[in-house]
Amino acid sequence: MTNQTVQESLNLKVDLNGLQLSNPIMPASGAFGEGMEGVIDFNALGAIVPKSITKHPRPGNATPRVCEVPAGMINSIGIQSKGIEYYLKHTLPFYEKYDTPLIASISADSIDEFAEMSEVLAAHRRVDALELNISCPNLKGDGQAFGMDADITYELTKKVRQVSDKPIICKLTPNVTRIQDIALAAEEGGANALTAVNTLLAMSIDVHTRKPKIGNVMGGLSGPAVRPIVVRMIYQCYKVTNIPIIGCGGVMNGEDALELMLAGATAVQVGTASFINPTAMLDILDEIKAYMKEHKIDDINDIIGQVDINE
Amino acid sequence: MESLKMKILSNVQVSERYWHLSVDASQLQTKVSPGQFFYIRCGEAYYPFLRRPFSIYRINKQEKVLEFLYLTKGLGTKRLTEMKAGEKIDIFGPLGHGFTLKDDASNILLLARGVGIATLAALAQEALEKNVKTTAILSARTYNDLLATETLQSFGAIIHKVTDEDGTSDVHNVSQLVDTIMDRDHIHAAYTCGSKRLARLLQEKTRERQIPAEIALEENMGCAMGVCFACVCDIQEEDEIRSVRICLDGPVFPLEKVIIP
Ligand SMILES: Cc1cc2nc3c(=O)[nH]c(=O)nc-3n(C[C@H](O)[C@H](O)[C@H](O)COP(=O)(O)OP(=O)(O)OC[C@H]3O[C@@H](n4cnc5c(N)ncnc54)[C@H](O)[C@@H]3O)c2cc1C
Ligand SMILES: Cc1cc2nc3c(=O)[nH]c(=O)nc-3n(C[C@H](O)[C@H](O)[C@H](O)COP(=O)(O)O)c2cc1C
Repeated sequence: MTNQTVQESLNLKVDLNGLQLSNPIMPASGAFGEGMEGVIDFNALGAIVPKSITKHPRPGNATPRVCEVPAGMINSIGIQSKGIEYYLKHTLPFYEKYDTPLIASISADSIDEFAEMSEVLAAHRRVDALELNISCPNLKGDGQAFGMDADITYELTKKVRQVSDKPIICKLTPNVTRIQDIALAAEEGGANALTAVNTLLAMSIDVHTRKPKIGNVMGGLSGPAVRPIVVRMIYQCYKVTNIPIIGCGGVMNGEDALELMLAGATAVQVGTASFINPTAMLDILDEIKAYMKEHKIDDINDIIGQVDINE
Repeated sequence: MESLKMKILSNVQVSERYWHLSVDASQLQTKVSPGQFFYIRCGEAYYPFLRRPFSIYRINKQEKVLEFLYLTKGLGTKRLTEMKAGEKIDIFGPLGHGFTLKDDASNILLLARGVGIATLAALAQEALEKNVKTTAILSARTYNDLLATETLQSFGAIIHKVTDEDGTSDVHNVSQLVDTIMDRDHIHAAYTCGSKRLARLLQEKTRERQIPAEIALEENMGCAMGVCFACVCDIQEEDEIRSVRICLDGPVFPLEKVIIP
């Protein structure tokens, strides 16, 4: 390679501890699907992350399932799902026509069910990694999730590790007192990477009708409103763990994505932003490239965790 | 579906609670049909955060102009009223599936309540183009709210107005009106939007008389592309109840299949 080509090419490739991505931008589970095919080129993404899949079909929660708040939204979809059989028969084959690595997001009711589903999905050739959604706030009363308990997180991850050779990513919940403890438990259990974080348990009331704005009363907050909390949590996880972090929450543009990376994220998921701007993920990639050129950064890996703090 | 910044040609108040927006759609490549909708960003700020769905009200194919009729309800539509001619507006669409108007239909009935009129008006326009006779029952709180009347009349529709104001809009009265129309004319298809009560009524009438009917539904939306499963409703198909997405599988559905809550 001549010096010139080196100068001109930006390296956006990142490594999630066993999973190579051509760039760090990927969708957040639940905010991406086949319906976006007409709007963006899936091959331009770092990874594809379909909606969390459950073992059996699930009807989902009561409507209204979403409501708007300042700089964000609350959702309680309740993982409406057609079940793993449909996923194997239709969802995974749909993505065959793309080369982009596919991360299968799994939601389950028990540790055993997580392991059982992981074994089946990890064995599938179109699945490149598993994301364990141990953090959905919309399944049990009061937003309870496996990822709220370090011991359960450890047990669950370890069990899945035993049945999967493919990279495992644990998606953490922000609804905990010390996220570092959960991050370490996942790492110890054998996770290759972490996604930080799922939605924040939230609630909103219509003062005129006195009714909750969400059918299921509570839901998960996402969008730019949560970003400062997400940045803080990524930073906390980055300081204690040695595995890569996929930052997730509140990214609307390239600078937001870079902020998560400076805090310690190796890759970034984009969810709600696609609802406001359907081409958000590709726009973010362009903005990251422009930033790299402006700041003369050749390799995106050079900014991971590089927040400048005098300690 | 395309995500475009379109120029606002006009955005004016047409009655106490309703506004009319027209935009230059010359960049839009996709064909738009009645019943489809657009997901519109009401300003650049993060509050209102989500886009707002609006049905296509009128399609001016020659001049490539899209028109919307909207009710001022909350923050989003309030911000929308503040947008001015000459400014750009962020519009995503057309989305969803529109109404079916069969070529052999010669008489159709529209039953609309409130802003549901906006959704059905484009269908009356298509009916005119296809030489189909349209009869419309328009229901609203007040006479002032029955503003699309003239548009519908310009499409050759025969209009029956009922309002809460003069006590003519109760279900019993509308039921008699529907019977009168259906006894008099051979209605080939019926369409409704804007009221659950009227939808139930039309469901009953069209079932009895075996007339195909469609409904345009509304529900709070997230992505409007069928990926987030926010705007769902239940459809009864034979013995099975199926969940469908209003943004992708609808917003127009066969009335007989919709489970109206
Ligand atoms: C497919 C479709 C077509 C529509 N067509 C029209 C139309 O042509 N003209 C028109 O005036 N209105 C139409 N509506 C309703 C319109 O989208 C709402 O009135 C509007 O979103 C209200 O926004 P707001 O901020 O003013 O009100 P708020 O009540 O403050 O809105 C708060 C939140 O609730 C949502 N919301 C409130 N009411 C509705 C509703 N009826 N349907 C869906 N979401 C709602 C808003 O989008 C927003 O996210 C349509 C709705 C759908 C789903
Ligand atoms: C409508 C909706 C549905 C979601 N469904 C899932 C899901 O099925 N599984 C999951 O792990 N996260 C789900 N999430 C959470 C997102 O993946 C993401 O963690 C969160 O929205 C924060 O990112 P954002 O601010 O970029 O949207 C969902 C979020 C939204 C808004």
